[in-house]
Amino acid sequence: MTILAFDWGLVIEKLILIAVVVFGSLGIALYTTFGERKVAAILQDRPGPNRAGPFGLLQPLADGIKLIMKEEIIPTAANKWLFILGPALAMTASLMTCAVIPWGSDIELFGRKIALQIADINIGILYVFAVVSMGVYGIMIGGWASNNKFSLMSSLRAASQAISYELAMGLALIALLMTTESLSLKTIVEQQIQGNWWNIVYQPLGFLLFFIAALAECNRTPFDLPEAENELNFGYHQEYSSMKLGFYLFAEYINMIMSSAIMASMYFGGYDLPFFDESTVAPNIAAMIGVGTLLIKIVLFVFLFMWIRWTIPRFRYDQLMNLGWKTMIPMALFNLLITGALILANL
Amino acid sequence: MSTVDVLFYLLSAFAIVSATMVLISKNPIHSVLWLILVFFAISGHYILLNAQFLAIVNIIVYAGAIMVLFLFVIMLMNIKKDAEPQKQLLVKLTGVIAGGSLLTLLIAVVKQTAQIQDKQVLLKEGTIGLIHPLGKALFTDYVIPFEISSILFLSAMVGAVIIGKK
Repeated sequence: MTILAFDWGLVIEKLILIAVVVFGSLGIALYTTFGERKVAAILQDRPGPNRAGPFGLLQPLADGIKLIMKEEIIPTAANKWLFILGPALAMTASLMTCAVIPWGSDIELFGRKIALQIADINIGILYVFAVVSMGVYGIMIGGWASNNKFSLMSSLRAASQAISYELAMGLALIALLMTTESLSLKTIVEQQIQGNWWNIVYQPLGFLLFFIAALAECNRTPFDLPEAENELNFGYHQEYSSMKLGFYLFAEYINMIMSSAIMASMYFGGYDLPFFDESTVAPNIAAMIGVGTLLIKIVLFVFLFMWIRWTIPRFRYDQLMNLGWKTMIPMALFNLLITGALILANL
Repeated sequence: MSTVDVLFYLLSAFAIVSATMVLISKNPIHSVLWLILVFFAISGHYILLNAQFLAIVNIIVYAGAIMVLFLFVIMLMNIKKDAEPQKQLLVKLTGVIAGGSLLTLLIAVVKQTAQIQDKQVLLKEGTIGLIHPLGKALFTDYVIPFEISSILFLSAMVGAVIIGKK
């Protein structure tokens, strides 16, 4: 009998890592909602949440308890199973991205070398794409199962928007992959640490396109058409209450965090602290510095997302589609062409 | 039984059950969702064969793009259960017999092909499914078929745009 004869230490190590990453990102997402409200308050010159706890720091917990305690309502005309499946899928898809993100360099514990990455697969970026394209299902199924015209319209909008911007995102990434010659996120980060520059220097246009597409994929302003209140009431989660609604709202914040982590890893050196030689300190301390650096980069990106949300008004739907198909895709193809020409000329 | 065998049987059972559910679900939306699960099971088989690129592209293209379009169409058509035409028993029976004969024929052909007899499937090893060897093969040995199929895709795209403009 050789069933299940493999390295159990590895399994336990990965399970702990998964638990830390999943609960860590849930916790960060909880406080991102707080950050969002504070940033909005600062931009609109008002105090923001400041009642629960010191500086209002307990506000997210109060919101969470409120969401859990509220009554669960499943509309009579709704498709019950799919109504429950929708938010579950949205949450799963947004958490699955974290599997390929390298959070730091290797650490050594109890004589084992532990990589701070759940899975270093050689198709890492394609995996991210597959998960992103799965995220659409949560919204589509939830919107359809609610049996509400507004929800259905909103979920159709969300799906067509996601499909349109996935193309530009993919084309922007292919240009990056042409320079890195690897699909593994770990390899891409290590190349940036060993090389002179971060990838943003080689791919400025590619990063801009990727960032805009990421805004659209996360359904954030100016691309939050699925949640356009004045046309569609509340959007695809209109019929949802209690923690099911909470899952949809949470999934949006986790998507933001994950896309920030991906952008930081691919264009801004990942866990690389600039102007600092990691080999001068012990490996464990270097890894911790790396994790901290990546978290700071993620927070900066999330702040940029929020800043944009509270500054720029929403697009009209036809403008959104025109931007996606007639501006972003041609620009991404142009970027691809330039990158190809430069690689051919050995620059 | 090794871990790979356990995974193989689990994935196969998963694929067959999901595929059966595609056929017997009354609600077309449920059928589409079961079909997505079938694609995931098939991707699992690709990963067992160490063809990671194929596995992930199968998910991106089929589960991620084509099935979304299927869902779109079915959601907008708003099919009601009673509006669906009921087929006669004779038609159903003919379908079962025809489908069964095709299945028998296919199994017989695969079993008798000399090229695959006494060949062992490469599980967990073999590098042809990884992205570097696959890219090399596509752009060197098979470059002409590859380019021809991309022209085919391009013409399909142009056709779709022209039909959409009308």
